[in-house]
Amino acid sequence: MSKLTDLSIAEAREGLKNKAFSAAELTEAHIRAVEKARALNAFITETPAIARAAAAESDKRIASGTMRPLEGIPMGIKDLFCTKDVLTTAGSHILDGFKPPYESTVTRNMFNDGAVMLGKLNMDEFAMGSSNETSYYGPVINPWRRKGSDAKLVPGGSSGGSSASVAARLAMGATGTDTGGSIRQPAAVTGIAGIKPTYGRCSRWGIVAFASSLDQAGPMARTVRDCAIMLKSMASHDPLDSTSVDIPVPDYEAAMTGNIKGLRVGIPKEYRIDGMPAEIEALWQKGIAWLKDAGAEIVDVSLPHTKYALPAYYIVAPAEASSNLARYDGVRFGLRVPGKDITSLYENTRAAGFGREVQRRILIGTYVLSAGYYDAYYIKAQKLRTLIARDFEEAYAKCDVLLTPTAPGPAFGIGEKTNDPISMYLNDVFTVTVNLAGLPGLSVPAGLNSEGLPLGLQLIGKAFDEATLFRVGEVIEKAAGATPRPQSWWEV
Amino acid sequence: MATTRTETGPLIDGATGKWEIVIGMEVHAQVLSKAKLFSGASAEFGADPNAHVSFIDAGMPGMLPVINRFCVEQAVRTGLGLKAQINKHSVFDRKNYFYPDLPSGYQISQYKQPVVGEGIVLVDLPGGKTIEVGIERLHLEQDAGKSLHDQHPDQSFVDLNRAGVALMEIVSRPDLRSAEEAAAYLKKLRAILRYLGTCDGNMEEGSMRADVNVSVRKPGGPLGTRCEIKNVNSMRFVAQAVDYEARRQIDIIEGGGTIKQETRLFDSKKGETRSMRSKEEAHDYRYFPDPDLLPLEFDDAFVARVKASLPELPDDKKDRFMKDYGLNAYDAGVLVAERESADFFEQVARGRDAKLAANWVVNELFGRLNKEGKAIGESPVSAAAMGSIVSLISDGTISGKIAKDVFEIVWTEGGDPAAIVETRGMKQVTDMGAIEAAVDQVIAANPQKVEQAKAKPSMVGWFVGQVMQATGGKANPQAVNELIKKKLGI
Amino acid sequence: MSVDKETVRRVARLARIAFPEERLEPMAGELNRILAWVEQLNAVDTSMVEPMTSVVKVSLKMREDAVTDGAKAPEVVRNAPSGEDNYFAVPKVVE
Ligand SMILES: [Mg+2]
Ligand SMILES: [Zn+2]
Repeated sequence: MSKLTDLSIAEAREGLKNKAFSAAELTEAHIRAVEKARALNAFITETPAIARAAAAESDKRIASGTMRPLEGIPMGIKDLFCTKDVLTTAGSHILDGFKPPYESTVTRNMFNDGAVMLGKLNMDEFAMGSSNETSYYGPVINPWRRKGSDAKLVPGGSSGGSSASVAARLAMGATGTDTGGSIRQPAAVTGIAGIKPTYGRCSRWGIVAFASSLDQAGPMARTVRDCAIMLKSMASHDPLDSTSVDIPVPDYEAAMTGNIKGLRVGIPKEYRIDGMPAEIEALWQKGIAWLKDAGAEIVDVSLPHTKYALPAYYIVAPAEASSNLARYDGVRFGLRVPGKDITSLYENTRAAGFGREVQRRILIGTYVLSAGYYDAYYIKAQKLRTLIARDFEEAYAKCDVLLTPTAPGPAFGIGEKTNDPISMYLNDVFTVTVNLAGLPGLSVPAGLNSEGLPLGLQLIGKAFDEATLFRVGEVIEKAAGATPRPQSWWEV
Repeated sequence: MATTRTETGPLIDGATGKWEIVIGMEVHAQVLSKAKLFSGASAEFGADPNAHVSFIDAGMPGMLPVINRFCVEQAVRTGLGLKAQINKHSVFDRKNYFYPDLPSGYQISQYKQPVVGEGIVLVDLPGGKTIEVGIERLHLEQDAGKSLHDQHPDQSFVDLNRAGVALMEIVSRPDLRSAEEAAAYLKKLRAILRYLGTCDGNMEEGSMRADVNVSVRKPGGPLGTRCEIKNVNSMRFVAQAVDYEARRQIDIIEGGGTIKQETRLFDSKKGETRSMRSKEEAHDYRYFPDPDLLPLEFDDAFVARVKASLPELPDDKKDRFMKDYGLNAYDAGVLVAERESADFFEQVARGRDAKLAANWVVNELFGRLNKEGKAIGESPVSAAAMGSIVSLISDGTISGKIAKDVFEIVWTEGGDPAAIVETRGMKQVTDMGAIEAAVDQVIAANPQKVEQAKAKPSMVGWFVGQVMQATGGKANPQAVNELIKKKLGI
Repeated sequence: MSVDKETVRRVARLARIAFPEERLEPMAGELNRILAWVEQLNAVDTSMVEPMTSVVKVSLKMREDAVTDGAKAPEVVRNAPSGEDNYFAVPKVVE
């Protein structure tokens, strides 16, 4: 038998059911892996005591034959999810010491289904970033390195702790959140799978808000099937979230038949952007060939407003964020930096508590909403969203699913792009359209580039049609062959 | 915001001539709901600090609003009561600003697309005149929490019990022209809300609060710069605040100054308005639609259903009282001012002489209640007892004079008026023999007066008085009068 | 639309973030670069387009009017940096 930490969730589920190992053993193996991998800085808070208690409960359940869907599976939780009585920071100094007296709906769903929490995962501050370099708790290191190099690479962002911990076999799966690509882009650059579900599929209740009309939680795991297993537990209709949608959550695994004969796969020509690396283009062509070989029909489609998605996003997201982050004021929770009066208390606290990228985005958001600029920026961007959503609707008249690259390139070096916000923002160029239109998007690991770094392909689906993404995703995954595991250079 | 009123209002004197006051009001009325607008915490007044607070109300990370259906219905109900346009599509916006009693850093309100649009309120003025006051809009929004400044030498304490309580902000057009009109408008608005049952109108507990916008102008001139006076929490204070503020503005302008548009606070102890330092900074609220909520949509059927459930409102009730009961406008107006009074009157009037009933309720009962500072609900004389007194007068059992004694007994001791009249021998004497004997006796004892009366028939009154005295007030004065005339041959 | 130092000062004040004088100018530069980049949206004619109001095509969820929450002041104030008797405390606010 391979190492316990190398198993997929589906395999671990079988092993636990057949009592090949106990939940306690599985959890201990992961706790040890987490301890040995502190060099990756993937965790902000480790919670081994909580994990052991949950594993003990799982073993009882397994013994009594009342196994739940995620029974005994060790998982990491992005530190954007409020976890009851466990430090929740959103990667920010401003939430210093904050222990929520409540549990987010998504994590509650997972724990009710037997998931074991290993700890809280590092992330870009308030999920604002594409490289996990804006975290107050320092950058996360990608477990992958370029061939023959020990340069430290970013794990993508903002769910960088999630991607790194899953790729490095510290956790079997992790929760992520995706506002502009923060699940799919880090999944792609660490060689794992990750899905941003349709907006409204997972409850946002208890997840620290970044941009409310774009934020969506989703799973990150090493296989498409594992993502399907996790999403089934994470998703629910939540009466506490006015934007959570009341439609049944299907059995995603059952939909993974491997059969995509006759399925129409759209290839949007606008995703062939200037300066796209040849290896990304080549990978995309490979993906098209794999799906064709499996019996899918390839269709050319057009999403004419694609190039406006990123600028529209950089109006809408900061605008919503500037308002969502107003509650961090040093009065009711988190950091307080005193001042001579209430206004200077606010100003000092927010100056010390928010990092540079967060401050920059709050200022942009405040500016575009301010008197005289609202129509020119915010309304304009919301109109572009209408056009982008319409593009997808028109494309889906001709196809069932879209195939694109996930990210414009492989993982880059730490510090390489931090001085140029716009070049950093461009990492989300292929993912952000999906958030603006509220659609589901799945990133599937599709192989390594010439330097030995993982790359991903993205499948974009119709609203609430995650099942098709899993079915097609598994076909790509199989065709691409198993992504090797990164060398454990980080182990101490 | 344009005024819809065309004629010039009452004018006041300044050193340089006459001035007209222009007033518009923003009234915040708390929806009578059990729970808050976007959370399940109690909306009840008066609780321990932060006891009626959910994590949503405290603006905790990741908390989301879910709207209270009842509050939406009450806003629509109120809109219909104000004869206003109901907007079937409306939007909740965030109004962004920092303040310790605003936990999320924004208030969820409605800005460009409120749930209720234009309407009208008819306001009766003391002189018998009625004015039309335009309603510009009604929107739903969250109340803020409360900062307590006097508990600690250098700290303010924040209590969020009120944070998130549902308010209807009702904005009038600047159609009011005097302190009296402003107070009368507020009174009428309160009556409508109370009839509808959407707000209890309790100004002391803050469930109804008025912000008063005051400006002055030369008659017929353009609108002046206005000042907004915040949180004026009684009818009396509204009148005081308007008078003070108008005078202040006139003095400034006549002294060569200009009015600065600002927010002012009414100090009820001093009877003055003063500039609010905390609101001095120019605001830029950065309104945008709340992405945590979807637009509020209704269909015609919903609006029709709410409309069908509306009670009869004061204006309609007043018309009916005048038409069906033959009351004059004044009595009808007084009776409908509170739904409880109108209901009380109708119980008294049912199957009885309505004008007599109105007279007794308006003059005797309300007079007495006012004197003792009691509300109609606290009246020691029930509607049934009041009705019984009216019946006893109508059927001649007691005179109006005796009725006042009976009323007094019921007020102080309680009891059934008919039984009191019976046991205490207060019945009017109807035995014509006894009355005739008393008349004969008075005539016999006063021959001189008899002669005088024959020359001057108005002397009859003196004889009636004598007879009434002799019978202890229990004789029917009408019968006595007729009998005396007959006996004296006049 | 170009952002100058004074605009950054005003916006930072609105956002309640203390900004040292020496950071105003560089931030104006950063904001201008980002704003110039987003202004490519002006190339699209949107005069006939409705702004998106919500990505999900569902109607607003409503709850019944019942008291289901509250009565947990200690938990509400548990994370507060300063407070007394279940109140939050802030430096004295003058009205
Ligand atoms: Mg107002
Ligand atoms: Zn208001």
